[in-house]
Amino acid sequence: MIELVAQHPLLAALTALVGLAAVFGAILGFAAVKFKVEGDPVVDRIDALLPQTQCGQCGYPGCRPYAEAIAGGDAINKCPPGGQAAIKALAGLLAVPEPELDGEASEVKKVAFIREAECIGCTKCIQACPVDAILGAAKLMHTVIVAECTGCDLCVEPCPVDCIEMRPLAQTLADWRWDAPHSPGESLRGLRSRDILASDRSSSRANRVA
Amino acid sequence: MQEIAIILIGAVLVNNFVLVQFLGLCPFMGVSNRLETAIGMGSATTFVLTLAAMSSYLVNTFLLVPLGLEYLKTITFILVIAVVVQFTKMFIERTSPLLYRVLGVFLPLITTNCAVLGVALQNTARKHNFFESSLYGFGAALGFSLVLVLFSAMRERLAVADVPRPFRGVAIAMITAGLMSLAFMGFSGLV
Repeated sequence: MIELVAQHPLLAALTALVGLAAVFGAILGFAAVKFKVEGDPVVDRIDALLPQTQCGQCGYPGCRPYAEAIAGGDAINKCPPGGQAAIKALAGLLAVPEPELDGEASEVKKVAFIREAECIGCTKCIQACPVDAILGAAKLMHTVIVAECTGCDLCVEPCPVDCIEMRPLAQTLADWRWDAPHSPGESLRGLRSRDILASDRSSSRANRVA
Repeated sequence: MQEIAIILIGAVLVNNFVLVQFLGLCPFMGVSNRLETAIGMGSATTFVLTLAAMSSYLVNTFLLVPLGLEYLKTITFILVIAVVVQFTKMFIERTSPLLYRVLGVFLPLITTNCAVLGVALQNTARKHNFFESSLYGFGAALGFSLVLVLFSAMRERLAVADVPRPFRGVAIAMITAGLMSLAFMGFSGLV
């Protein structure tokens, strides 16, 4: 065998290269196991529940940073595109009570609507849309795919003719939710917690303490 | 001692890989927009180039030369470099998340940096021993980082300078690189 390899330079070359590649592959395979980075499994799982619109309405530059912030203890109700469904999933994952969507976001789910008669076909909203929910081409009218729109309103601002508005989505059986009545002992009686903005939530807490 | 100085100065200034030998131009133009990224790229390259020079020397001396396979060195070195880069990436990711965050993006880019392959090939051509090989690799990387940092500092200034319209952007960067290259030609004959 060795003799055969020695007699044929081509075989020697092949053996050397294949052997080298095999050794390197083994080293890398070993390293992949040995140096496996656990990452943060919690962050990954939180990230998987977020809608990945990267709209930044939570105050973080994208879904991944927000997932890291949640893992670090941030509130889970800052994601309007995910809506109550995402909050519910997050609350289930983290085993925490399910808060209302942050009051700064609108109560009713809204979707973008393009007044098509006014659209000039500039495609600026298409570029702004993080979920590709706007259909259209240059110099042709655009329209919003309602089922895809997350209501992040990133397309409203870039429109040069202001023909995009946010319209409330009619409630259907699929997204209707029962509003639990507040328990009598609740300190914020008479004030539904959803009516409070995130900013005055801390001050009302301060009032309660004082 | 004198030999060390000659190899280092030769690799950093006289035979600067970017400006004199025109190797590794892609990261030179690509990641020189900001000083910070240039420093990150420079340090990542220094790390990988030194390691790659060492390991390709070892592979060449103990595998290719005994088997008479020197003609395979290009493809072998590419293999070695890719493995070194990948291994370094995994190692850093595990051991130092901070360093990984600084270098992380640039590490895979180095695989295709032809200066790395150039160092490995020149080491065999110049018949460097192990120590000289690693020193040459380190010097080359130092020269690369030096030029990258200088160039990115200039580009940061050019970004706010009043450049005539036809020269804006890449055009003025190319001209600047050419002028820098001319300046570095002045070092020829130093060693």
